[in-house]
Amino acid sequence: VEIALSVNGAPVTRDVAPQELLLDFLRDSLGLTGAKKSCEVQVCGTCTVLVDGLPVSSCCFLAADADGREVRTIEGLAGRPEFERLEEAFTRHAGLQCGFCTPGMLLTVSALLESGELSSEDEIKRNLAGNICRCTGYRGILEAVEELAAAR
Amino acid sequence: MTTTVAAPGTQIGRSAPRRDAHEKLRGQAQFVGDMLVPRMLYGKVLRSPIAHGRIVSIDTATAEKMPGVVCVLTGADLADIDPYYGHAIKDRPIVAIDKVRFHGEQVAAVAAETPAAAAAAVDAIVVEFEELPVVGDVATATAPGAPLVTEREIVPGLFHGLGELEPREGNVCYRYRLDKGELESVFARADVVVEGEYTFQSVYQYAMETHTVIAQYEGDQITLWATCQHPFLVRAEIADLFRVPVANVRVQVPYLGGGFGSKSYTKMEPLTVALARKAGRPVKIQNRVAESMVTTRRHNTSCRMRTAATSDGRLLAREVVALFDTGAYADNGPRVVATAGDAAPGPYRWTAYRVDASCVYTNLAPAGSYRAFGATHMQWIGESQVDEVARRCGLDPLEVRRQNLCVPGEEIRAGGKPLDADLVGDVEKVAAAVGWDDPKSPLVGRGVSVGLLAAGAHPVSSAVCRLEADGRVVVLVGTTEMGQGPRTAFAQIAAEELRIDADRVTVRGADTRFTPYDRSTGASRSTTIAGLAVQRAAADIRQQLERIAGTSDIGPDDYLALMRKHFGFAGGELIGRGEVAPVGTGSYAEGPVFWEVCVGAAEVEVDPETGVVRVRRTATCADVGRAINPQLVERQDEGATLQGLGNALFEEMVYEDGLLLNDTLLDYRIPSFDDLPEEMTCVIVENEDGPGPYGAKGCGEGALAAVPAAVVNALADAGVPMNELPLTPERVWRRIQELKEEGKWPQ
Repeated sequence: VEIALSVNGAPVTRDVAPQELLLDFLRDSLGLTGAKKSCEVQVCGTCTVLVDGLPVSSCCFLAADADGREVRTIEGLAGRPEFERLEEAFTRHAGLQCGFCTPGMLLTVSALLESGELSSEDEIKRNLAGNICRCTGYRGILEAVEELAAAR
Repeated sequence: MTTTVAAPGTQIGRSAPRRDAHEKLRGQAQFVGDMLVPRMLYGKVLRSPIAHGRIVSIDTATAEKMPGVVCVLTGADLADIDPYYGHAIKDRPIVAIDKVRFHGEQVAAVAAETPAAAAAAVDAIVVEFEELPVVGDVATATAPGAPLVTEREIVPGLFHGLGELEPREGNVCYRYRLDKGELESVFARADVVVEGEYTFQSVYQYAMETHTVIAQYEGDQITLWATCQHPFLVRAEIADLFRVPVANVRVQVPYLGGGFGSKSYTKMEPLTVALARKAGRPVKIQNRVAESMVTTRRHNTSCRMRTAATSDGRLLAREVVALFDTGAYADNGPRVVATAGDAAPGPYRWTAYRVDASCVYTNLAPAGSYRAFGATHMQWIGESQVDEVARRCGLDPLEVRRQNLCVPGEEIRAGGKPLDADLVGDVEKVAAAVGWDDPKSPLVGRGVSVGLLAAGAHPVSSAVCRLEADGRVVVLVGTTEMGQGPRTAFAQIAAEELRIDADRVTVRGADTRFTPYDRSTGASRSTTIAGLAVQRAAADIRQQLERIAGTSDIGPDDYLALMRKHFGFAGGELIGRGEVAPVGTGSYAEGPVFWEVCVGAAEVEVDPETGVVRVRRTATCADVGRAINPQLVERQDEGATLQGLGNALFEEMVYEDGLLLNDTLLDYRIPSFDDLPEEMTCVIVENEDGPGPYGAKGCGEGALAAVPAAVVNALADAGVPMNELPLTPERVWRRIQELKEEGKWPQ
């Protein structure tokens, strides 16, 4: 099927197999490898990208379903002005270690900061539970996100 | 151009930002799965659907003719080499030969132009098995007349590091024993004897990046891009297997998406190389999570332990018999068992102890390293018995530890490194951090735990520092960056020695063709041992500069002028060399390099209606000698704490008749944000008593051993003593019902 979508603000038109996953499409066809493959069952969040501004697990999302929609990956987010605050806070609080979950985590955080859904510690713990980080123990991420939410 | 001058003591001991943060936050950091090599094929593995069986036939004819398929590899392709490997025991064929010994074992592999073509061809391979009786657990494996998992005799691998290996006894491939004092007579005169049987479950390390390897085999040159923690040990095993010189094998390790021991030693590399050899083209194999779960896991264990004490709480003797389920192949099992044996008595002033720990083959997936191995297995058991002694003697558990813990300089194991840490001080600090003496409600409990982990592995590392003609420094060292932060710590160490700012130092990743030898990245050794090599390499540059100057009275602002004086132009570079080799023989018995401290405390609340255990507070002690980067130390402890909570509360690989039942993250749960305790404290202790640079010693593992033990003790303090992990609501609820029947609940 032919799909036409916006990826990180640029128009993309491609022919994709009906069963092709958005994650494979982004990584293999577009070379956007910031989104990672891990659990493949929509649990871990490493493959998170934004579709029309909302976080989705691209490992369980058909590329064909992205037709006509706006997709943002970490490569796109990193080019936006609001990214600097995220980068600064995550760096200062060491909210990352191996970096494998980090792109997905940042995309979820950026979307939920935008919608104001990270305003308390409880809300952060609940709403970021779909992004697993095996390294950090979450503390550094929590501190970075609390600071970002408070600064809004 | 002038160099930024840094005053002495300013580059270490500060929380310098991670050097890899920028790349990783922007999604630019490259992992093996992100890499493409020209002409690369995709490999897919056919894995055994049964736990134990004879391979009657493999028909690959249909698969080989499918579109896009380049070749299919089976055991028959390995007749020209000795295909058995294993760094501890050479017991594992690259791909199954004649028999399969676990659910998920590699039976055949396909190389094809696309992942989809490879997967389709794997489905078209027809294998006929004759099923054999399954040895599903250590009890079955050690019963008289048990079927043998392997008939092979023990062939020592290159790197077991455990002295002479004894012959296999049935399914037992390795035994570690310690014996001190007159055990039976001490037990006979003890006032208090605590005893029990305990089980610890199998756990999946879950590095979020699965095992991934790209291999290229051209002429007699083998090139690998691999998710391996120990590139130099993989290089040696690949050279040994494929009979090429060590220098012909190049192992490159980009960023690793977590390791935790799951990527230690050799995993998917031999099969990928064998497939690339047959295909004549580079091949990438990327495991799915279900495949990585059967590539390595944490040993499940059953243990009998008894502890003797006087009525006033003096610990006298301990006896430990433990069986470790290493699965179908030993992997790092022998080392895990030896480390567990060392951890089993606990760091107390014993009159007598006896430890008998066995590494047992079964028809489960191979078990190997996972952060704080051995200590995590044993500490919760031993420490729960110390708390039971305290309860029976009517003493505060903290007081029993003050009375009995070894002090610095005391013997931990005969012939080994004496205690090199202040354990009493450490445990008092974590107890205070969870409000040890504060009032609490009956359903709330608090616990502490103390243990030691033999750390450092074999102390061989080397490093090279290059002072470039622009005044910047490049550090070459074989340590792999898997999130723990060596590139940041090493930059700080080199900068400190050269009195420049750490921003001016770049630390490169491991590539065995260019980076000098480093034994491994694990056992909390990198800052201590590789860091010492980096310190020496940087100091070597400094000495060269002083020689050129003819005086030691030089500063960073003089470096460029001195280089120009030496080389006579604006180029050239000074090369500093640093090496660490063992003091003494470096044998396991003389070790360890240092004892990693495993000290923690927890406060829990139990809900007797549901059995849910809520961890409210944790505290761990990072007794690191000197914190090169305090923030990274804290983050290591916090990460280990969450993994410890997962191990203690819910993570469990469920096996039935040798079949793994929960091989996805839908039914194997990993700690999420939701599982964060309300308070998580890391106490950093800096007594400058480590063998590393500036008195540093390693960290990052101890908390994983300490936290489950502290949680078990806290739950017992709330009235629910447990002898089986994980502490799922069902297990805890059932235990409370038993306690009710015994009239012990509510306590």
